[in-house]
Parts: sequence; C-alpha cells; structure tokens
Amino acid sequence: MDNKQVLIANKINKYFWKPQKFHVLKDISFSINSGEFVSVMGKSGCGKSTLLYVLSTMDTDYEGELILDGQTLTGKPNQDLAKARNEKIGFVFQFHYLLQEFSVLQNVMLPALKLGKLSKQEIEHNAYEKLKLLNIEDQALKKSSRLSGGQKQRVAIARALINDPMIIMGDEPTGNLDSKNAQNVFEIFQRLKEEQNQSLLIVTHDLDFAQKTDRIIEMLDGRIISHGYK
Amino acid sequence: MNYFLLLQIALTHLRSRLRQTSVATLGVTFGIGMYISLIGFMTGLNNLMDDITMSNTAHVKLFQDIETNRKTVLDKVENSTPMTVVHHLKPKNTRKNIRNSINILDILKKDERIRDFSPRLTTQVFYTFGSIVLNGTALGIDPFKEQEVFDIKANLLEGSFEDLDSYANGIILGSGLAQKLSVMTGDRVNITSATGAQFSLKVVGIYEAGISMIDDIQSYVTLATAQKLMQKSKDYITDINIQLHDKELAIVLSKEFSQRFGCSAQDYITSNAQFEAGSGIRNMITYAVSITLLLIAGFGIYNILTMMIYEKMDDIAILKATGFSGKDVKNIFISQAMIIGIIGGILGILLGYGTCLAIDQIPFESPAIKSMDSMPINYDPKYYIIGVAFAMLTTFLAGYLPARKASQIDPVDIIRGK
Ligand SMILES: Nc1ncnc2c1ncn2[C@@H]1O[C@H](COP(=O)(O)OP(=O)(O)OP(=O)(O)O)[C@@H](O)[C@H]1O
Ligand SMILES: [Mg+2]
Repeated sequence: MDNKQVLIANKINKYFWKPQKFHVLKDISFSINSGEFVSVMGKSGCGKSTLLYVLSTMDTDYEGELILDGQTLTGKPNQDLAKARNEKIGFVFQFHYLLQEFSVLQNVMLPALKLGKLSKQEIEHNAYEKLKLLNIEDQALKKSSRLSGGQKQRVAIARALINDPMIIMGDEPTGNLDSKNAQNVFEIFQRLKEEQNQSLLIVTHDLDFAQKTDRIIEMLDGRIISHGYK
Repeated sequence: MNYFLLLQIALTHLRSRLRQTSVATLGVTFGIGMYISLIGFMTGLNNLMDDITMSNTAHVKLFQDIETNRKTVLDKVENSTPMTVVHHLKPKNTRKNIRNSINILDILKKDERIRDFSPRLTTQVFYTFGSIVLNGTALGIDPFKEQEVFDIKANLLEGSFEDLDSYANGIILGSGLAQKLSVMTGDRVNITSATGAQFSLKVVGIYEAGISMIDDIQSYVTLATAQKLMQKSKDYITDINIQLHDKELAIVLSKEFSQRFGCSAQDYITSNAQFEAGSGIRNMITYAVSITLLLIAGFGIYNILTMMIYEKMDDIAILKATGFSGKDVKNIFISQAMIIGIIGGILGILLGYGTCLAIDQIPFESPAIKSMDSMPINYDPKYYIIGVAFAMLTTFLAGYLPARKASQIDPVDIIRGK
C-alpha cells in the first residue's frame, strides 16, 4: 500500500506566451506515494504555484502527462476534471479564497454538498469536526468575509479536508499564520498522514516546516533540482 | 440535490446584491405590467368595436345585386367570335327583390349550419310630420326573427319590438330621425313610399344604434307594412341576414348560397374589410410596444447579470477549484436570471391586473357608443400566461449569454490575477 503512487507527473512543460514566450516549467517529472508528505521549496517566481495549478487540473495548458490515482487526467474533458478536483484533490490557495457571502460553515460544506455522497446532517457534522480540528469552530456561523487572514486560511484548510481527498495540495497554507497556528496545521497534516495515510504536497517558504516533512522537492527556474530523497 | 444546491448559491448571490436584484426585477415587472395593461386595454377596445360592428353585420347577407357583366345576346349566337364586343351594356335586371324567396327561406330553415336568419325589405321612404319632409330608409322586418339575428333590443331607447308586431301600423324611429321630426312614442308620422303610397304610422318605439348615419334616417316597420308600402306581394323581400353557428364558415357558405340561389351573397369579413384592417394594425402596434418593453427589461437583466458575474469572478473561480463544473456555474447564473424573471413576471401580472382594474374605473361616456360607460378592458387569462412565459423566455435568454461566459471562465486566470 505504501508504494502506491497517488500522483505522477511525467515530463511536464509549460509556457507563458505573454508578454513573450517564457518556459516556466521545464521537464517536471516526479511522483508522490500514498501516505507521503512532500514539501516544495524554491525561490519566489521559480514556478511553484504554476506547477500546483497544473497538478490540481485547474490549468490544462501544458505538455506532458498527469496521472492521479492511476487515471490519466491529461486531455480529459472539463466535467471530469471538476469531478476529480471535487473528489480527490483538496486545494489550499496561496491567498485564502472563500465565498464572501457564505458563512464559514457553508464554505466548508459546499464541496461535500456538491459531491452529494452524504446527507446534509452528516456533512454539517463533518464540517464542524474539521473546523474543530483547526480551532475555529467558534466562527462557524460567521460570514467568511468577517474573518482575519489567518482564520480564513484555516477555514480554507478545513474546506480542503472535507471530502477526505486522495491528496492535499497547499500553496503556502501556513503563509499567513503565526508560528503557533502554523505548528498546529503541520500537526494536523502529520496526523492525517499517519492516521489516514494521507498524501500531501505543500509549497512552503518555511524551512522549519519543510524539514519536518518526508522530503523536500527543490525547484529552480522551472526545473526540479532535487527530489529530496535521502 | 445538486440543482437545489446550485439554486441556494444563486439565491445567496441575489440576496447579497439586493438592490441590483430589485432593479432588475422591477424592470421585468414594469415590462410585463405594461404589456398586460396595454394588451388588456387594446384588445378590450378591439372587442368592443368588434361587437358593435358585428351587431350590425350578419355572418352572411343575401341580396339581389344589379347584374353586371352578363352575357349579351351576341355571346349566345352560335359561331360568334371573341371579336364581338358590346360596350356600355345596360343592366337588364331591374328587380331589387330576391327571386323565389319563399323557397329560399324554406331551405335556410332546414340548414343545420345556420343559427338564425331574418328576411328584410329595405326601401326608400319620405317621412312627413307637419311641414317637414325627410328622406330615409324603412326596414321591413320580422321583429322576432330580427331580434334573433341582431341585438336590436339593446339599442332600443323607448317602446318595444313586440309592439311593432301587435300594432298593425307601427313604426320604430331612429333617435336622430325622431328628434328631427319632433315626435315621441305614441305620435303619428306619415310615410310616403317610392311608389307614392301614403301611410300614417304610429310611433311605438325609438332606438339608437350609436351611429348617427343610421339613427338619422332609418326606421323599422313590419315586413307586412313594408310590403304594403311598396304595394308588393307577401314574398317580396330584398335581403336575408344569416347568422351561423360557426362564423368561420361564412366565406364558404356565402359562395354556396349565391350559386345555389342565384342571388348575391356577402360574408361578414368582406363587409367589414376596412374594420378588420384597422384592428389588425392596432394589434400590431400593441405587440410592437409590448415586445419593446419586454426587450428593454431583458437588456436590464443582461446588464445586471453581466455585472454580477464580473463581481463574482472570485466566487466562480473558487467554485470551480473546489469541483463545481462549468455547467454548474452556468446553471447558477441562469437560475439567478430565472428567479428575477419569475418574481418580476408575477409582480408584473399583479401590476398589469391592477392597472387594468384602474383603467376599468375611468368613466368614459361617448355619445356614439351608448353601451359603454367606462374604458373597455379585456381580462383574458391568455395574455397573463403569455406575459409570464415571455418574461421567463427573455430572462432566460438575457441570462444565458452571461452565464455561458461565466462557465467558460478559467479559474487559474482569476487566481493568478491576484
Ligand atoms: N499569467 C502569467 N503570464 C506570464 N508570466 C507569468 C504568469 N503567471 C506567472 N508568471 C511568471 O511565471 C513565473 C512563476 O510564477 P509562480 O507564480 O509559479 O511563482 P512562485 O514560484 O509561486 O512564486 P511565489 O513563491 O512568489 O509564489 C514567475 O516568473 C512569474 O512572473
Ligand atoms: Mg506562488
């Protein structure tokens, strides 16, 4: 089970055409096993976010191959990609992205409601559990626009967890958090890995955080320069 | 479940932009309201005009026309060439009555398609009262049959048509005529026919058709009186008015009758061609104005939804990133448009109905049309259904384009834009 590859990226290349041709991702190939907690580091502008968008199927304008849970996602219709994002990927943005007019609880519940596998009561219960995990269940009924940056980030993490995804991708999910809350998030991730064999791919600038993960993928100018295997 | 979820998201968006939503909804409300009240008023007016016109026109009218274009003797000559031309052919047939009328009336009585018919004798007369002599027409009718065919009773100001029958020499005068002759019910007027015969008739009633051209010259007498005036036999009639069960048959039947009976026949559409053209144009104007109003409402919705989508770019990106498909996003925005359309449409119906009730209250008295005391309004539910259907159609179309655009938005573009 440990060796099952959850995510495989095969020779991924990406270009930006505007304002001029720019080769942003160069021959990116790597894989993540189930239960593996991987961090990605690299200088600002080296292409970490761009890579994460490709891996999360939100960006389809790339060359190469992307395989998630044994299924090739490259070239799949949008409908299928949306389903894969909903079911198998939990994404935490670099900038917390919440639906402003909805309550914290609704924000967390929405992906599960969309998935439609559980009843509304069960989903609500699960959402509370996830919020509790991140110490913000007391904000559950507040409108999400009324939260602080750090609180929003934690809600976004709770939302990423709601459908028990195959892999969690985070683009600096602890970027806005104080060290205590950052530590808490790390512990949550670590626990998910240990208890549920959760796979994680987390972009971070925090070396302390990165060093505690299984391995660090290092990037430079759109290329992976180290896979971090010890 | 999924659709219910999308609907909830749509509602939340609408609630968060309550003012814009209200403006868009009011746009639809105004459009539909104006449509309902305009169409109710216009068709009400048209129906009234229809009724007035139809109450004076039978579905089919049989009469004896002067024969023109008849064959000449030369045509009947054997071996005659088409070279023979007869100019200025004089009409041969000078009779004004319908030939073989007793037979025709018999046949009409048996015809299943005919509801009622009434024979008439129309003749020119002079009314004299004292020193006044007026030129006019007398209609010889069978009072009972005539009442079945035309709603003449409604126009009667005084007296009754039954009296016309019971008095041997009774006459009912048009109101204008009675005024000019300064007679009232119970007085006597002298009538001179074209043949020179003179009669003294008792006024048993006064009626008003609302059209002065009729009221100033026309009077009703019994068929028998008219025949006596003309010094003609009992089968002498000049026209027969026929009402059908199904008025759509009028054209077919008028052709059939004119061939079969050898007289002229005219259907009501031909008789009222001018009127029909007028009401057609009025309808066209009504529809043009209504559609314009609804289109303006549609543009309002289009604008507001487009704006809403620009404001909600982030939401669209988040929804897509968390697994909602482009189709889901499209449905969210189409739902918003439809919610605006349905609420606006229903309020529009209420507004339109209210306006109709208000217009209905406006007193409108016309000396020409006695049967009307306020603005005529048509409350046909058909127009209310059309109004809501059209509201939903326009809002759907107005919502579809922006919604499709929203469904095509690439979430990464928005996320990167930050
Ligand atoms: N839409 C775009 N068009 C052109 N170039 C872009 C676009 N988006 C990003 N880039 C460029 O691509 C490179 C990689 O950007 P990316 O956002 O992936 O960096 P990053 O590694 O996430 O940086 P950071 O750590 O600051 O978040 C940068 O040089 C950036 O300028
Ligand atoms: Mg980045």
